[in-house]
Amino acid sequence: MSDTVLSVRGAGKFFPGVKALEDVDFDLERGEIHALLGENGAGKSTLIKVITGVHPRDAGTVSLEGQEIHPQHPGDAQELGISTVYQEVNLVPTLSVAENLMLERQTRKFGLISWKKTEADAKTALEILGLDIDVNRPLGSYSVAIQQLVAIARAVALDAKVLILDEPTASLDGEEIKTLFRIMGELRDKGLGIVFVTHFLDQVYAVTDRITVLRNGRLVGTFVTKELAQIDLINHMLGRELAEVSAHRHQDEGSYDGPARQIQIKNLGKKRVLEPVSLDLKAGEIVGLAGLLGSGRTELAELVFGTQKADSGLVFLDGEPVMLRSPRHAIRAGFGLCPEDRKQDGIVAELSVRENIVLALQGRRGWLRPIPRAEQQKFADDMIKALGIATPDSEKPVGQLSGGNQQKVILARWLVSKPILLILDEPTRGIDVGAHADIIKLIKELCDEGLALLVASSELEEIVAFADRVAVMRDREKVSELVGAEITQNSIIEAIAR
Amino acid sequence: MKINERFYPILATLAVLVLLYGYGIFEHRAFSDTYVLGALLTDNAFLIITAVGMTFVILSGGIDLSVGSMIAFIGVLMAELVTGFGMHPVTAAVIAMVVGSAFGAFMGVIIAKFDIQPFIITLAGMFFLRGMCFLINLDSVPIDHPFVSAFSGFKIQLPGRGWLTASALLMLATVIGGVVIAHFTRFGRNVYAIGGDRHSAELLGVPVHSTIIRVYTLSGFFSALSGVVFAFYTASAYPLAAVGVELDAIAAVVIGGTLLTGGMGFVLGTFFGGIIMGVIQTLIAFDGSLNSWWTKIMIGALLFGFIVLQRLITRSFSGMRAGAT
Repeated sequence: MSDTVLSVRGAGKFFPGVKALEDVDFDLERGEIHALLGENGAGKSTLIKVITGVHPRDAGTVSLEGQEIHPQHPGDAQELGISTVYQEVNLVPTLSVAENLMLERQTRKFGLISWKKTEADAKTALEILGLDIDVNRPLGSYSVAIQQLVAIARAVALDAKVLILDEPTASLDGEEIKTLFRIMGELRDKGLGIVFVTHFLDQVYAVTDRITVLRNGRLVGTFVTKELAQIDLINHMLGRELAEVSAHRHQDEGSYDGPARQIQIKNLGKKRVLEPVSLDLKAGEIVGLAGLLGSGRTELAELVFGTQKADSGLVFLDGEPVMLRSPRHAIRAGFGLCPEDRKQDGIVAELSVRENIVLALQGRRGWLRPIPRAEQQKFADDMIKALGIATPDSEKPVGQLSGGNQQKVILARWLVSKPILLILDEPTRGIDVGAHADIIKLIKELCDEGLALLVASSELEEIVAFADRVAVMRDREKVSELVGAEITQNSIIEAIAR
Repeated sequence: MKINERFYPILATLAVLVLLYGYGIFEHRAFSDTYVLGALLTDNAFLIITAVGMTFVILSGGIDLSVGSMIAFIGVLMAELVTGFGMHPVTAAVIAMVVGSAFGAFMGVIIAKFDIQPFIITLAGMFFLRGMCFLINLDSVPIDHPFVSAFSGFKIQLPGRGWLTASALLMLATVIGGVVIAHFTRFGRNVYAIGGDRHSAELLGVPVHSTIIRVYTLSGFFSALSGVVFAFYTASAYPLAAVGVELDAIAAVVIGGTLLTGGMGFVLGTFFGGIIMGVIQTLIAFDGSLNSWWTKIMIGALLFGFIVLQRLITRSFSGMRAGAT
C-alpha cells in the first residue's frame, strides 16, 4: 500500500466563529476502502466538501495523483475523477433514470443529443451494478434504494479514481446493503479508492481496510481496521468512555409516581395502510415499536398523531375518546410527534432555534395569544441548557446545526408544550454515537418525569435498552407484545420472523 | 407496456384539444375547413412564440412577467428605427432582438447571481419596459414600409380555403426550434434538471448560474421575436399593446402540461396549449350568442383542472422524495 491517489495535507476550513476543519491530513490509496468516522460536527462533511470543491479550503493542499487540485464546484471534482454519492439521493426525481445517469455527459452527434446512444450508455452503466430497470421511467417512480444505486452507478461511470460515499446505507435494507458492499468490493478490486462515511460501526468492520477518525475538526489518527478494536475506535471517536447506554431500563421501572394518565389505542387502523392495532400506554412508561422498514411502525405513529386519518378505531385519553382528524387536534390533546424525516417534516430550517422551540406551544395556544419574547427566550435558553444543544446562541438558524442537535431542538419543541404522549419515530437515525447516547438518556429522563413515550426504532439494541414494553410490527400488523424481562433482541427477532 | 408518467399531462392536453376541435366540427360545419386552422395559427402566432420562451423559464422553476411589455417595447422600438431612422425593417428586427435578448440576459444575471426571486425581478422588468415604450412614443404609430406589407401579405395556400401566413410559419419554426433546444441539447436537459431539483442539479455538475442566465436570455429573445412578428403582423406599434400577454403565455404553458414548479413538460405541449386557447376563442366567436369574456371563464376552468391534474401526478413523486432522507 504505497500507491496514494488522493492526498490531503493540513486542510483547514473556517466559518465565522467556528474552526470546522483544522490541520487535517488524509491519504487514500488506490484499491482501498477507507472509512471516515467521527461524531456529528467532527468535520467529516466539511472535509468531503473541501475535497469536492463545495467549500473552498482556507488552508492546506489537496492533491490527486500527486497534482495539486483546486476544484471550484462538484462538477470540477467530477471531471478530475472524484465522484461523490450523498446520503440524500441527490438526483433529479422528475428526470428519467437515463438522464440522471448521463446528465452533462449525453452522447452528442452534430451537437445534438443522440438519445439512442445515451440510453444504451445508461443501461451499460447500470449493468455494472446488476440493475435491470426501465431507464426511461422518471427516477422518482423508483424506490429510494434503487435511486441510491443509480447515484452510485452514475458516480462509477464517470471513470472515477476516487469514490466518496457519504452515509450511503442510511436508507437501505439488509439485502440492499449487501449488494452495495459487494459492488464496493468489486470497485476496490478494480483499483478505485473509496471513502466510506457511515455511523454504523459494524459496517466499518465489514468492508473497510483503514479508518480515519476526526474529532472537533481535527485529525485523531488513521488506523488499519483489522488492528483496531471496536472499543478503541469508539474511544477515539468520542474522546471519552462510552456511557452505559445499554443498561436495561425496565430494571428501574416505577421511578415515576405522579398521576397515572392512560392512553388507550383501540383498533386504530386504515385500509391499505395499517391493520387495526390496539395498544395501551400510561404516563411514565416507554413503549417501543419494533419491526422492519415498512412494517407499519411509522404508519401507527402517524395515525395516532392524526397526520394520516384513521378509518377505524379510536384513541382514548383517560377513558375519553380523542378526536384525531389532524395534527392540530392531536397537539391540542397533548400529543407530540418527532417525525422520522427531520429535514422534511420536523425542523423549519430557516427559523432560529428559539422560534423552532416555541412553535408547537404557540400552535397549541393559538395565534391570537402570542408568547411574550422574554418568555420565548427563557424557554429556549432552558432547553438549550437542559438538552445540551450545541449552538452559540438561541438565534442561530436550525438548519446550520448538526443532525443530533436538530433532533434535540425538535424534542425541546415538544417538551416546552408539556405533552402527555410523545411519539418519537426513529429518534436516533443519522445521529452518531455520542449524540445517540444523549438522546437515549433524555428519553429515559423524560419518561421519569411522567411522559408516556411511544418510540419507533429499527435499532433493536436501542429498543431493548429503554423500553418497558415492546409492540412488534410485521406486515402492517401488530404481531406481538413483549413485557419486561421478555424483551431481548432475540425475542424481538423471533417475533418478527415467526 | 405502461405509459410513462411524464406523458400524462401532455396526453391530457391533447385530449382536450381533440375534444374541443371535435366539438367545433360537430357543431359548426365551417370549423373543419383549413381556413379555421390557418387563422388559429396566425392569430395565436405571437402568443405561442412568447409561450415557447416562457416554457423554458417555467421548466427551470422560474417565471417571466416582462414578456408582454417586451412585445410592446420591441414594437415601439422598431417603429422608431424604421420610420424615425429610416432603417430597413429586417435590420431593425435584428437590432430589436439583440436588445430584447440583452435585457433578458440582464434580468437573468440578477436572478442568478443575487439569487433573487424571478417573480420580482421580471415584475420590475415589466414596469420598466412598459415605461420605456412611452418614453419613445406616446401614441399608436403605423410602421410603413414595403417589406412590412410584403410580410403581412405573404401566404401559402393550404388545401381548402385556408392559408399559412409568414407569422404562422415563423411560429412553427420557433416551436420546432424550441423542441430541439429542449430535448436535444445539454442546455435544454439542464433546464429540466434545475427545475426538477436545483440543489441536486448543482451537485450533478450542472452549471446552474449560466443555465439560468441563458434561460432568461432565451425568453427575452423569444418575446422580442414575438414583438417583431406582432409589429409586422399589425404593421403598427402601440405602447399599450400586449397588456397581460405574459399571463396568457403562462396559461398556455400550464394548459400545455408543463409543471408550474418546473422540471416536467414539453414545448410541443405549449404549442397545443396556445392552440387550445385559440380554439376556445374561435368557438365562442362561432357561437355568436356568447360574449367574449366566456373565453376567460373557459380558460380559467381549464387552468383549475390542469393544476389539480399536475398535483395528482407529482404527488406520487414527492412521496418518493420524502423517503429519500
